[in-house]
Amino acid sequence: MTDNEASQEFSLEALQAGDRAEFAQLVDAYSTQIYRLALKMLGNEQDAEDVLQNTFMKALLSIEKFEGRSSLSTWLYRIAVNEALMSLRRQKPTVPVAMDYEDDDDEIQHPTQFTDWCCLPENELLSAESKGYLDEAIRRLPEKLQVVFLLRDIEGLSIRETSEALDLTETAVKTRLLRARLNLREQLSTYYGERLKEEQA
Amino acid sequence: MEDKHCKSLLGSLSDYIDGTAKEEICRELEEHLSGCEDCRIVVDTLKKTVYLYHSNTDTDLPEGVRERLFKKLNLDEHLKTT
Repeated sequence: MTDNEASQEFSLEALQAGDRAEFAQLVDAYSTQIYRLALKMLGNEQDAEDVLQNTFMKALLSIEKFEGRSSLSTWLYRIAVNEALMSLRRQKPTVPVAMDYEDDDDEIQHPTQFTDWCCLPENELLSAESKGYLDEAIRRLPEKLQVVFLLRDIEGLSIRETSEALDLTETAVKTRLLRARLNLREQLSTYYGERLKEEQA
Repeated sequence: MEDKHCKSLLGSLSDYIDGTAKEEICRELEEHLSGCEDCRIVVDTLKKTVYLYHSNTDTDLPEGVRERLFKKLNLDEHLKTT
């Protein structure tokens, strides 16, 4: 989670006056998080780097107009999410509408997997292969659920910050977060269920 | 899990595992979990799912990414400061 280096305070006044040194510090404080967000969404280092660069280019151009209604970090995440989504659209320009079926008043999908894989050892749960699977599972989430999950559970934004970054109500964030988590749980249950069988064989 | 009760509790699960559910709901849930094996597994594996993702956030910037970013932003002169 990420309340580390990024909690540093920045002078908005200096940033808006075009203070290069201050902007460089902002870049250093948030580059890792923005890059990680883009990498998890896009699954490709080159695309993630492009998103990182575009995010700060846009931030540099529009910092003057930033009104401070959210925190700087939330604002940066918002730009980054939009950049990453645009990059995704370019990759697969004809995403079928069905991919976007998730609406907030849809019923929450009920669990179908009841394997208890919690007892698997930590080195198995977080092996290099498992970590790869964790990332793939995120990319299989419907977009709307994916961005909420990434901001809240990977980047550690609060429900409120997530709602500000994505222009959603807090209720919508909560619903999407629950759906994302349940969806991932299903995927992980299939994956770790197999590992469990192998172990018991 | 087909139980009506299980379904009504599903909506509170995120709050429950984040520790932000109301006391009353926690009590109701915990009472239910003690007698419903499927739901117990769902809650345990959901908690574990979130935990695993929280433990898998270690990404570093690959070699050269910071330098290229600073160049792109015309911030080269500040490259050495951190």
